[in-house]
Amino acid sequence: MKISPLNQNHLQLNARMVDFAGWSLPVSYSGILEESLAVRKAAGIFDISHMGRLQISGSGALSLLQSTTTNRLADLSVGRARYSLIPNPEGGIKDDIIIYRDAPDSFFLVLNASNTDKDIAWFHQHADSSVSFDDHTDRTAMVAVQGPAAVSLLAPHTDMEIADLPRFGWATGGVLGSPARICRTGYTGEDGFEVVVKREYAAELWSAFIQAGALPCGLGARDALRIEAGYPLYGHELDEDISPVEARLMWVVDMSSDRFIGQEAIRRTQQEGPGRLLVGIWHAERVVPRQGYTLFNDESVVGSVTSGVYSPVLERGIGMAYVSPAYARSGSPLFFRVRGRNYTVHVVPKKSLLSHLGTRPV
Amino acid sequence: MLIPDDRKYSVTHEWAKVEGDKVRVGISDHAQEELGDVVYLDLPEVGRILSKGDVFGAVESVKAVSDLYAPVSGEVVETNTDILNHTERVNESAYDEGWIILIRMSDPSELDGLLDADAYRQIVEEASH
Repeated sequence: MKISPLNQNHLQLNARMVDFAGWSLPVSYSGILEESLAVRKAAGIFDISHMGRLQISGSGALSLLQSTTTNRLADLSVGRARYSLIPNPEGGIKDDIIIYRDAPDSFFLVLNASNTDKDIAWFHQHADSSVSFDDHTDRTAMVAVQGPAAVSLLAPHTDMEIADLPRFGWATGGVLGSPARICRTGYTGEDGFEVVVKREYAAELWSAFIQAGALPCGLGARDALRIEAGYPLYGHELDEDISPVEARLMWVVDMSSDRFIGQEAIRRTQQEGPGRLLVGIWHAERVVPRQGYTLFNDESVVGSVTSGVYSPVLERGIGMAYVSPAYARSGSPLFFRVRGRNYTVHVVPKKSLLSHLGTRPV
Repeated sequence: MLIPDDRKYSVTHEWAKVEGDKVRVGISDHAQEELGDVVYLDLPEVGRILSKGDVFGAVESVKAVSDLYAPVSGEVVETNTDILNHTERVNESAYDEGWIILIRMSDPSELDGLLDADAYRQIVEEASH
């Protein structure tokens, strides 16, 4: 079991710890409800040190990434980052990642913890001697500060002009006097930043941000917030057998030139039409459509739930599901069956339940 | 962790407190802690006849859902509808305000098959090591 550089801090805060992708990580501290609402109203801080951090450099770095990832890179400026996918030859998804451009021929990648080893092996397999790899995961820590108060909370602690960073823009500079990379990204649907520092600085930074008013948040709140915002999670909405066409992620797949592994298979799925589509779902009350539940229309099975949670801000059961394309329209009333009763769910094709339903006054 | 010794417990983490010919039922402090914030409860109809071990409802938290099992056989004579709008009471007061149902026992000898506080504590501690 791997432990985060912040493990001691989590134990001091009496976090409830769980095993996640081979890591011992906090699922919650003060409670998922309180933590989720803090991120929507003010600011929360998450330890995301488990995510893989990989530097890929050299004269062949750009062409390696162009052949193994889906989003456009040629026009990615230094100082910007982009969400992308690593496809497999069959057009499924090996991972969903963020690629930062550090220099014309140097890139910094953030990978899912569960896929880091697999991704690195895959890149090695497709690289020649003009590419070098440096896995930073074990010697760095990563925290996310998320919420409407993120800028005001972080700004006094850094010499970077973080308020001016565009979404997916990043900079390097000092945080509490230690070198750091700050990117305006996140997984909550709120404004916020993800900060990478050397592991020995992590505890000081964590404590300072909490002191400044960020509430420590665990994987439970992270999951609830990303489902509200409609973000997929690898292993739930994405895997090796799911096409980006089905996951509605074609906005990060550049089909304009023949470039990457798996592109032919993705084009075929596009032409033939997907067999299922990812949607957001919500129930009017507090019953939660849980992962694995079957979705019905009358008596026919039309899909299944991939993630489900009680939404702290919408105060109802919400989730994500794959359904037959005919039922992926807004408002399609479907139902799940649990404990002998049927519960109606409504379909939201654009997936962000937060923007679709609006937030209730809190 | 609170495990009061004025009541019995089941291996599925319900508590059962005898009140004359009836038994008040809820979930243990350990159970509410494992579940996290409770957000919904599925309660049975009053009048429903339960056999020991029957699923009589469910408790949902933000992350998980867990069935509720009848610790004894009998008739459901009351349910705690107050907690439907105050689900936090199951977390904050698992042994008191967060009670779930009241059963009129049909076979009080079934109580002997439940765990006392010490035996239940042992089960919980073994599970967490």
